[in-house]
Amino acid sequence: MAIQLTEIAAQRVQNFLKSRGKGIGLRLGVKTTGCSGMAYVIEFVDELDDSDTVFETNGVKVVVDPKSLIFLDGTQVDFSKEGLNEGFQFINPNAKDACGCGESFTV
Amino acid sequence: MALLQISEPGESSAPHQHRLAAGIDLGTTNSLVASVRSGKAETLPDDSGRVLLPSIVYMGNEQRLVGQEAQKFQSDDPLNTLSSIKRLMGRDIEDISQLGNILPYEFISDEIQTVPRIKTATGPISAVEVSAEILKDLTERAEQTLGGTLDGVVITVPAYFDDAQRQATRDAATLAGLNVYRLLNEPTAAAVAYGLDQQHDGVIAVYDLGGGTFDISILRLNKGIFEVLATGGDSALGGDDIDHALGEWILEEAHFEKLDVVLSRRILIAARAAKEALTTRNRTELSINYAGQHWQGCLTIEQFRLIAKPIIKKTLTPCRRVLRDANIDIDHISQVVMVGGSTRVPLVAEMVKSFFKREPMNDLDPDQVVAIGAAIQADVLCGNSSDGKMLLLDVLPLSLGIETMGGLSEKIISRNTPIPVAKAQEFTTFKNGQTSMSIHVIQGERELISDCRSLARFELRGFPPMVAGAARIRVTYQVDADGLMTVSAEELTSGVTADIVVKPSYGLTDTEIGSMLKASMEFAKEDIDSRMLKEQQVEAKRVIEAVDSALASDGDSLLGEAELNNILLHRNNLEQQIELSTSDNLKQLIKAVEVASENYVAKRMNSSVVNALAGKQVDEVNL
Repeated sequence: MAIQLTEIAAQRVQNFLKSRGKGIGLRLGVKTTGCSGMAYVIEFVDELDDSDTVFETNGVKVVVDPKSLIFLDGTQVDFSKEGLNEGFQFINPNAKDACGCGESFTV
Repeated sequence: MALLQISEPGESSAPHQHRLAAGIDLGTTNSLVASVRSGKAETLPDDSGRVLLPSIVYMGNEQRLVGQEAQKFQSDDPLNTLSSIKRLMGRDIEDISQLGNILPYEFISDEIQTVPRIKTATGPISAVEVSAEILKDLTERAEQTLGGTLDGVVITVPAYFDDAQRQATRDAATLAGLNVYRLLNEPTAAAVAYGLDQQHDGVIAVYDLGGGTFDISILRLNKGIFEVLATGGDSALGGDDIDHALGEWILEEAHFEKLDVVLSRRILIAARAAKEALTTRNRTELSINYAGQHWQGCLTIEQFRLIAKPIIKKTLTPCRRVLRDANIDIDHISQVVMVGGSTRVPLVAEMVKSFFKREPMNDLDPDQVVAIGAAIQADVLCGNSSDGKMLLLDVLPLSLGIETMGGLSEKIISRNTPIPVAKAQEFTTFKNGQTSMSIHVIQGERELISDCRSLARFELRGFPPMVAGAARIRVTYQVDADGLMTVSAEELTSGVTADIVVKPSYGLTDTEIGSMLKASMEFAKEDIDSRMLKEQQVEAKRVIEAVDSALASDGDSLLGEAELNNILLHRNNLEQQIELSTSDNLKQLIKAVEVASENYVAKRMNSSVVNALAGKQVDEVNL
């Protein structure tokens, strides 16, 4: 089981953590909501839960809860730009379909 | 594929529920937009990577251009290239003529439109509309960058902006289709950007030296509330003055044969480049080539300091003044925040440091710090960030009062009261039988209303006439979080109410006040006439009622047919005329009814006396 951040995504996360001044890593997860069933969660982590799995990727601690891990295994998170807009993008092999905007997905 | 941002722990929003918020610094020279993304407040660049948008709108050739595109036309088509528009916000034509000739535009102002408009090739345009164009450009940039529609924005305004200027700013935002969460004072925004709102209470000085303006504000942070203790500055002092002084030095050194507009411009550009180079270096080379004239020179940091020092020194006078106004000792200032591009000059930081006796805060980009503070506040207000961040409260910049007899100002809400706030005060009538009261809302610290700014006037009408001093009129002033106000008045014994949302009158001049006074005197006569008419109408109704009830009880028994018909004739005549006639005419008609009824009234008296005495002994009657 593995989840990866691309190098550029990892760099961004480190910058954001640094400017935020606290936090031990990045939490990735899914929650059941949205127009296509599930949505990604991407948050700063201040505290670890006992059941969390922690991956170290490109120098960043990625924290995932066990329920989310099933849906996120093999995912790569990239940071990309579209015009003026920029942000994190999930490349998830488990997702079969996504809604038009890509904010939620189906497995 | 959606581009996601990192949320605070536990605050991930559902898809399509992200609220996008931005902070906008709508400046005199440049404007910026900033937003909080992944927990970090950043200014948003345009597609060429430029963060600053020159606050310039070009209005020529059937096209509207904003920013850098508009700036290109500044030297060729100055009358249609609108810049420094912020100075005109919320100003009327008189105010503008007092600004002097710093702006080359031709203004149009007619009697219906009190808001002055600038004549341009594409038609007249007001300062509010020009600002809306700038806001639209920044909004578009923010929406493209953030990938969605903005839920709302925080726009910054100078601390000294009065209600009219704030309202004008808000109108510009409405015109640009923006939802304004809050207008925030610029120095307060700068303090927020440095996180000073999260710190202990203290007194903060915000030193803002821009290209053409200087502002100094003294703020006090007290339990999460920023009070503006005093503001001051110089609206014609800034980094540009340093450029001009350097330009004069170049002229002295270079001995150019003939000077024209283009050469002057080249010299200023060289001067500015030298100033910027000397922020990091100790000496810089200058060279100017134009129309066969050539000059090359070298400017050392020592020479630069000699030239710039007198200009920077001028900023210290307002600093001293605001400290005195705020009644604050220099030793009590806990932080000094630097704002404005010109504070990059090391000599500025040095002189500010020695004046305030402490190291000024200048880690953040001084051009961006206000927009960043606004973005942080917008993020809190739209509900994205609740991580122990206090909701920032602002205070009223100037006292709000009401005009009382004798043209004096009675303050209802005093300056530096945290907003939102509502305060009420009771007033009473001045004259017997007064049925209306004119309420004049003013803003300012002075005692005489002619020295304050007039914000609005309205009338509370139609409460019942009472003896002077008997009416109880409660006037309530309410100021919302943006510093915008509503005023309501209620006569407590009758419950008559009136209210107004203050749409500023954009400042009244002496002549206007004169003509308004004259108008109010004319109205006074009209009011008296209409009141007399009302009084006669009331009297007529009373008479008709009395006649009707009398006729119903004993008309048939006491009156012959001719007499009854005569009374009815006059009664009906009066009734028909009630709503149509003048007060004098009504008076006569009432008289006529009374005359016609005289005999009847006498008979009724007799009959009631007879009834009262019937069957009684003489000694039973108490005479």
